[in-house]
Amino acid sequence: MIGLSHYMALSAIVFCIGVYGMLTRRNAVAVLMSVELMFNSVNIALVACARFVTPETVTGQAVAVFTIAVAAAEATVALAIVLLIYQHHRGIDVDRVNFMKW
Amino acid sequence: MISGILSWMIFIPLIGMAVTMLLPKDNHRLIRWTSVIVTLIPLGLSLLLLKAYDSSTAAFQFQELASWIPALNVNYHLGVDGLSVPMVFLTALLSFVGVLVSFNIEKRVKEYFAFYLLLVSGMMGVFAALDFFLFYVFWEIMLVPMYFLIGIWGGPRKEYAAIKFFLYTLFGSIFMLVAILALYFTSTPNSLSMVEHIQRAPELTRGFQLFAFSFFFIAFAIKIPTLPFHTWLPDAHVEAPTAVSVLLAGILLKMGTYGLLRISFPMFPEATRYFALPVAILGVAGIIYGAFVCMAQTDLKKLVAYSSVSHMGYCLLGMGAVGSVAAISGAMFQMVSHGLITGALFALVGVIYDRAHTREISAFGGMWIKVPVYSGIMVLFVLGSLGLPGLSGFISEFMVFLGAFPYFNVTVAIGVVGVLLTAAYFLRMIQKMFLGPVAGHTEGLSEINAREIIAVLPLGILMIAIGVYPALLSDYIQATITNLVRLIGA
Amino acid sequence: MLANAWLIPVLPLVAMALIMLVTHRNRTLSAGISITAMAIAFVWAWAIAFTVWGNPVEQRFHFEWLNLGPSMHIPIGIQIDGLSAMMLIVVTTVALMVQIYSLGYMHGDPRYSRYYAYLSLFGMAMLTLVLADNFFLMFVAWELVGLASYLLIGFWFEKQSASDAGKKAFITTRLGDLGFIIGLLMLYAGAGTLTFEGVFGAVEKGLLGGAFLTTAAIFLFGGAIGKSAQVPLHVWLPDAMEGPTPVSALIHAATMVVAGVYLVARGLTLFMAAETAAITVAWIGIITSFMAATIGLVQNDIKRVLAYSTVSQLGYMVMALGLGGFTASTFHLMTHAFFKSLLFLGAGSVIHAVHTNDIREMGGLHSKMKITSTTFLIASLAIAGIFPLSGFWSKDEIVAATSGHPVFMILTLGVAFMTAFYMFRLYFLTFTGTPRDKHKFDHAHESPKVMTYPLIFLAFLSVVSGWIGLPWLHHGFSSVVYHGEPHHAEFHISLALISTLVALSGIGLAYLMYYKRSIDPVKVGGAMPGLYRTLLNKYYVDEAYAVLFIKPYYVFCQAMFWFDANVVDGIVNGTGQFGLLWGRFQRWFDETFVDGAVNGLGWVTRGFGATIRYLQTGSLQNYAFIVFAALVILWILR
Repeated sequence: MIGLSHYMALSAIVFCIGVYGMLTRRNAVAVLMSVELMFNSVNIALVACARFVTPETVTGQAVAVFTIAVAAAEATVALAIVLLIYQHHRGIDVDRVNFMKW
Repeated sequence: MISGILSWMIFIPLIGMAVTMLLPKDNHRLIRWTSVIVTLIPLGLSLLLLKAYDSSTAAFQFQELASWIPALNVNYHLGVDGLSVPMVFLTALLSFVGVLVSFNIEKRVKEYFAFYLLLVSGMMGVFAALDFFLFYVFWEIMLVPMYFLIGIWGGPRKEYAAIKFFLYTLFGSIFMLVAILALYFTSTPNSLSMVEHIQRAPELTRGFQLFAFSFFFIAFAIKIPTLPFHTWLPDAHVEAPTAVSVLLAGILLKMGTYGLLRISFPMFPEATRYFALPVAILGVAGIIYGAFVCMAQTDLKKLVAYSSVSHMGYCLLGMGAVGSVAAISGAMFQMVSHGLITGALFALVGVIYDRAHTREISAFGGMWIKVPVYSGIMVLFVLGSLGLPGLSGFISEFMVFLGAFPYFNVTVAIGVVGVLLTAAYFLRMIQKMFLGPVAGHTEGLSEINAREIIAVLPLGILMIAIGVYPALLSDYIQATITNLVRLIGA
Repeated sequence: MLANAWLIPVLPLVAMALIMLVTHRNRTLSAGISITAMAIAFVWAWAIAFTVWGNPVEQRFHFEWLNLGPSMHIPIGIQIDGLSAMMLIVVTTVALMVQIYSLGYMHGDPRYSRYYAYLSLFGMAMLTLVLADNFFLMFVAWELVGLASYLLIGFWFEKQSASDAGKKAFITTRLGDLGFIIGLLMLYAGAGTLTFEGVFGAVEKGLLGGAFLTTAAIFLFGGAIGKSAQVPLHVWLPDAMEGPTPVSALIHAATMVVAGVYLVARGLTLFMAAETAAITVAWIGIITSFMAATIGLVQNDIKRVLAYSTVSQLGYMVMALGLGGFTASTFHLMTHAFFKSLLFLGAGSVIHAVHTNDIREMGGLHSKMKITSTTFLIASLAIAGIFPLSGFWSKDEIVAATSGHPVFMILTLGVAFMTAFYMFRLYFLTFTGTPRDKHKFDHAHESPKVMTYPLIFLAFLSVVSGWIGLPWLHHGFSSVVYHGEPHHAEFHISLALISTLVALSGIGLAYLMYYKRSIDPVKVGGAMPGLYRTLLNKYYVDEAYAVLFIKPYYVFCQAMFWFDANVVDGIVNGTGQFGLLWGRFQRWFDETFVDGAVNGLGWVTRGFGATIRYLQTGSLQNYAFIVFAALVILWILR
């Protein structure tokens, strides 16, 4: 029987993949994708907890929906920025985006 | 009678200043004539004032009283008595004369006349104010245009002279401010009204009177100026443009003596009696010392400036005789007479400076041959200055001597020597500049023009009129000075 | 006529104003106005004289001029009595003659109109002076005549010597005026009024007296010393000869210089009440008289001889007043005015003809200028005191006034001798003998009629004016001009004889030396070289004054100016400089310590920041790694 702990494990694995990707990828789009992964791991955890801990309400699911919306918004803005950076720098290597550094 | 005539006289120049600033910058003619008109109106009003003034009483007349800053009990209080009426008239007259002799200012004309009119407004205010706060405001406000008028339109050392004048006068004002505050806080309810302070004079303790008198005296002594505070005067005069010299000598110096008569004497009668002899001695020292220094001058304007130090000494000598109506009237006569004569002398010095661009006495000679009209006018005023009978200077000197002699006979006798020394330095100047063969810069001089004659003409007429019939002036001041002597109670 | 007498001085005043303001371009009209005004005054004065002298009454007219209550009350007004009537006559007569004479003398002068304006100014002032009924108005007029004198002495001001002389005259007389002013102040302080009536009343009532009155009188006399050129202020009068000669005749011989005598005469009550003052007056008078006469002996400038003669005669008058000889003095004042102005005008006529003042370049002019020569001779006889000319009568009274004072009498007679001598020395050298300068002699000519007629008129007066004081006529001169009660002038036949003898011997000596040439003047001078040189240089008084007073005064004034510019102003500037230095110090302190503390804090912060800034890589991934690392560490440390 698949229980809460399985979901939690999945969520943790996906989160770690996301973190790893975010910290190591140089490609901004890949970094963004990693961030999306971390969002989604959180969504898994939220929905799972809601289903197993408080089945009578749908609070967790509702929050997950919010998170998806925020993630979409965030992705839009972030992609726009990335696009501009690309136009500016002819590249989206995050290590080279240092023009705001002191 | 126009209501608020004093306010009009103070504020018309101020309005004129605003109007001047709105005029086109390059239309010099328009600016000059606007200023002429703006100074002519107060002159006309001052004539009305003289006509309407009731000389039989010592009370303040044409009073205007309005609350200004109720929280501090500050009032907008104007009024004139026998001390201020002649000074208000003199101010109006000399302001008009000053505009006429300013016609050849070519540099930043608009600003010049704006500052000038502000100065006129301030001077009027000092003589009309009956509230300490107002008095102080006007007193200080004059410094600003004065500073710029000397500092911008002055001679080679204008910055030095302007700063010296400004700081020196301000230094004195601080003492005055302290004394005013002392008066304010010792009175209950706290009052800044001169009239009230005159009334409460007998309640003041001796110590307080001595303190307040001394503090006021420092401020006034610098303005007069008396020995040893006089050294700003030659510098300021020599560097100042002609019209400013006229007003400086004619009006600003009188504020010192006016302040003594208006404030120090009636408010601190005991201290006045105490300091009578030192004041007289200071006066005589000024007379003699100024005359000595005049003898050594090579610059005509500086000579006239130092002669002011000498002549203001007569005022102080007369004021020293605090119990004598004649002596104090003499001091008052000297204030008016010196304003007329020295004002005209500075205007006339300006006339040759405009033409020859030098004021060195040794640069001229034989002017009487080359420019007889100018020479005749100049010599007439010089004679007035050295106290020739029939001209106003003599009357004032004689009244001072006659009034003060019973009080300090030796001091006065020493002061009389000033009459001789004055003749010596002026005659030396006349000889070098006007007599002898035509020499130096005289060659290129042109005769005095109509505008310049019109400028000094009223001064000359008044000088002769007062000299021949002094009752013209004494009628205005007599009641007030009699009352003043009563207040001093010597 | 009497009531409107105040109009007399107004006439020349109006003339002056008209000339100055209206007619100054028209020479003839200017002169005409001036002369007309004086002519009216002249007629008026004589009319007044006959009225007053007929019945000697004093007339006063007051006018409230300045009234400041009890502390100062000065009415002004005029007073007509015998003395002022006499002075009116003297002034108007001489002034009129001089003005007419000037038509010729000043002919062609570029400042002709101005000359007449000045003469009118003088006339106005002088007439006011003699009419005044109080010391104040008198002083006013006194100063104005001084001004007119200044202007006229320096009339040809292109010449340095003329403008110097004018200045000298003004300042020297003003030195005397200081005494006058102080005297006035004392009188006012003592009597509370300056009218003659009031002051003399106070003296009589004893309000004024003692040492106070003596001091006041001596100070007052100071004015007379200056104006009437008494020792030690006599130095200006000889120099005043730089002015046009008619001016010398009018101002410096007949009218202004006697103002001092007039002042003492007017105030004689004061001097009589103060014995010390009176005796001072007498001594000053006789010393002046003697000293000036000795100088007059050797001068070579025709006008200077006359100038010293004037000083000497003024000394006479002053001395006589000091001795109480009021009538003698005023009588001599009048006769002297006529004959001395005649002498000056005569000298002017000569100068006009030969264009030099030096008598050594003249000689033999009688043949060319008969009228001038004759009138000059009459005046010389008059001043020498020869019967029956005017000088005889007045000098006789003066000698009589010294009776009882042997020293004064001897000196007076000595002066009389010298006067006769130098006048005739002058006459002989100028008009007789052979011409010493041929060129100048050839060009000489008699003066025009406008100049000679006044001479003739004055010569007439020089002869007859003494007869008014004929001793056997009623009271003599004292019946018209007197002090106190008219006293009977006694004719001292012995005194008259002695003084005539003295005068004649003076004339005789001059005759021998300068006409007959039986005594060589050069030898006489050579016999006493020291004395001669001293006299020629006027006792070196001018030089002494220059060294003792004038130059030190200049130096002193320069020193005072240095003191003012460097010490007094130095203190002011020093204060300013100190303020500036203090400000600089403040700034240094501020920058070093106050600002240092603030900056120090900044530096510390900055250093710290510089160290830890290396943490800020700007790489988002580094930051994120730190965040997670920290989280992990925190989780482990939990």
